[in-house]
Amino acid sequence: MSTAAPIATAAPAPAKAPPPAVPPARHPLLAPLREAAVAALVALAVAVPLVGFETVQGASGLVLRTRWSWVAIAVVSVFIGRLLLALLRPVRRQPRARKDAGPAARAFRDAARWLGPIAILLALALPLLPFADRYILDVSILVLTYIMLGWGLNIVVGLAGLLDLGYVAFYAVGAYSYGLLALNFDLSFWMCLPLAGMFAATFGMLLGFPVLRLRGDYLAIVTLGFGEMIRVILINWYKLTNGPNGLSGIPRPSFFGLPFATTPAGGGETFSSFFGIAYSPLHRVIFLYYLILVLALLTNLFTLRIRKLPVGRAWEGLREDEIACRSLGINPTNTKLTAFAIGAMFAGFAGSFFATRQGFVSPESFSFIESAIILAIVVLGGMGSQVGVVVAAIVLIGGPELVRQLEDFRMLAFGGLMVLIMIWRPRGLLAFRDPTIRLGPRRTAAPTGEHRG
Amino acid sequence: MLTIGGVHTFYGNIEALRGVDLEVREGEIVTLIGANGAGKSTLLMTICGQPRASRGTIVFEGKDITRWPTHAIIRAGIAQSPEGRRIFPRMSVHENLLMGATVSDPAHLADDLNRVYALFPILQRRSDQRGGTLSGGEQQMLAIGRALMSRPRLLLLDEPSLGLAPMVVKQIFRTIEDINREQGVTVFLVEQNAYHALKLAHRAYVLVNGSVSLSGSGRELLANAEIRAAYLEGGH
Ligand SMILES: Nc1ncnc2c1ncn2[C@@H]1O[C@H](COP(=O)(O)OP(=O)(O)O)[C@@H](O)[C@H]1O
Ligand SMILES: [Mg+2]
Repeated sequence: MSTAAPIATAAPAPAKAPPPAVPPARHPLLAPLREAAVAALVALAVAVPLVGFETVQGASGLVLRTRWSWVAIAVVSVFIGRLLLALLRPVRRQPRARKDAGPAARAFRDAARWLGPIAILLALALPLLPFADRYILDVSILVLTYIMLGWGLNIVVGLAGLLDLGYVAFYAVGAYSYGLLALNFDLSFWMCLPLAGMFAATFGMLLGFPVLRLRGDYLAIVTLGFGEMIRVILINWYKLTNGPNGLSGIPRPSFFGLPFATTPAGGGETFSSFFGIAYSPLHRVIFLYYLILVLALLTNLFTLRIRKLPVGRAWEGLREDEIACRSLGINPTNTKLTAFAIGAMFAGFAGSFFATRQGFVSPESFSFIESAIILAIVVLGGMGSQVGVVVAAIVLIGGPELVRQLEDFRMLAFGGLMVLIMIWRPRGLLAFRDPTIRLGPRRTAAPTGEHRG
Repeated sequence: MLTIGGVHTFYGNIEALRGVDLEVREGEIVTLIGANGAGKSTLLMTICGQPRASRGTIVFEGKDITRWPTHAIIRAGIAQSPEGRRIFPRMSVHENLLMGATVSDPAHLADDLNRVYALFPILQRRSDQRGGTLSGGEQQMLAIGRALMSRPRLLLLDEPSLGLAPMVVKQIFRTIEDINREQGVTVFLVEQNAYHALKLAHRAYVLVNGSVSLSGSGRELLANAEIRAAYLEGGH
């Protein structure tokens, strides 16, 4: 609810300068002021129902309380924010925002070629570094989980251009599949992982088949509903899922059969005794860290590979121009379905990892806000950019960890940050796309300007 | 090869095609001319099944394709360079061509690429450049080249000369003739630029308000006084 203010700031307001018919003698502050007033009005409309009312537990059930001061704060801050934005706009370089690859982005792209391997090496070395304590590793595992989810969703949103607001549903399916399989059939992690991925992919197909005929907004709404549906089913299908209490006692991962424990339950070797090292609770965390790192890198590798294959190109084509794709003989429904299913599969893998790491899953972990965060990572990263996802995940997941003391206002900061990034880089942090195939050596002088004469 | 009989197409309540009859025979270049809004683009799109004809039949090589999904129609051997070219602006020229090869056998991909690059050498020089950065003429060549990647037997071209300099138009029409003569591709060409398009054509049709008003050989229509008055005056 506290995100209402930043959302309203982002609401489109007439950004044009006064039309030519208006005499130029008008006061220069008038247009920005009007713009800010419009934004404030929108904020008022949004804030009254969302912020203005609060239900509190009274003596005789729920009582409605109003808090107009909060509404006032939201409206005033939107007004000031929008006014500042309007006043600062002439200073900002407009064309750069429009351009696909500005000089900065191009420099970054060149840097990304050696930055990628270095980042991977750093990630591999992280657990061995002296400052890597339990907390750092836990946060890193969290960030890597979201990087993996972001890469997975990037296939659906970034490459295929399908706005999926219910991605967390597949994450949930993966997590519950893993939990149920491991608890009921006593299967190992490496058995459950592919099965959970398959289950999630199947759900992706089941959802995708009826809805992929829908376009843009409609698809977004249906996927949003689907995400909530899965959560409601998980809460209510008590017999299978244990309802809101969730599944507990999910087996923790073992090192290819060697448990991480001081002494094994039924005798035999443990990880530490097998390798002849002293037991440390950190071993399991480090193992989990490498596990999610490998899973995430596999997701990335897969995406990079498939982008060069016809199906990957077809996804990107569909995002750019569906009609052209149809006239080239691409079957849009099947093509979208594969994107949906593959994206879901990676969410399923990530869900398995989540289940084994927590040892416990409950419907609460799979609420809409999770979908929103994953989507934010993809969008802020610059749709379709693999490196962008990493940067955005570190900012959005690692960032809030740094500002834990903000507590309730974390979401507000989160919303504000997103608005700022969208103002600064409307097409995402790293919005550019390199051709995936080159014939000859890279041409340095190739023009990149988007505008033609 | 292609027989269109009594085709009606609607956009909501607007009837864009009101019973079109025409025929394209194997090996021909057939030109369809008509004013802006006559329904030329609608006809080409209807042949490809988007939008679908609400009445009438479209028969290609003996198969009634009227109700087929678009991707199946393309697989059957029809390719289109659509109105406005619709190349993928963020993909490279090379990738755009690969998109055109979606329905063809990967075994002859290299051959097809070479064929298109031989037809349009400029595309080879621009192969790593984004489609969106090409000039208008180059974009049109790319759209035609992309359509040829699926080895069509029937090529549909929607106003390939639109917005291009006269020199470039000449070059494009010469290439269309080559495609027809040397590669044996049947061409159905839609144009407002009537002079060139009629000179090129074996046969031609005139579309007015969603139905065919005149037909004949390209030469006949070029000589027709009505046509001259309506489509050629002020031109060339
Ligand atoms: N997508 C559309 N929706 C509604 N009407 C359309 C659409 N496309 C074309 N039309 C209408 O159909 C008629 C024929 O258009 P079109 O086939 O594009 O003509 P042409 O290509 O001959 O200029 C026009 O009246 C046009 O306004
Ligand atoms: Mg047209």
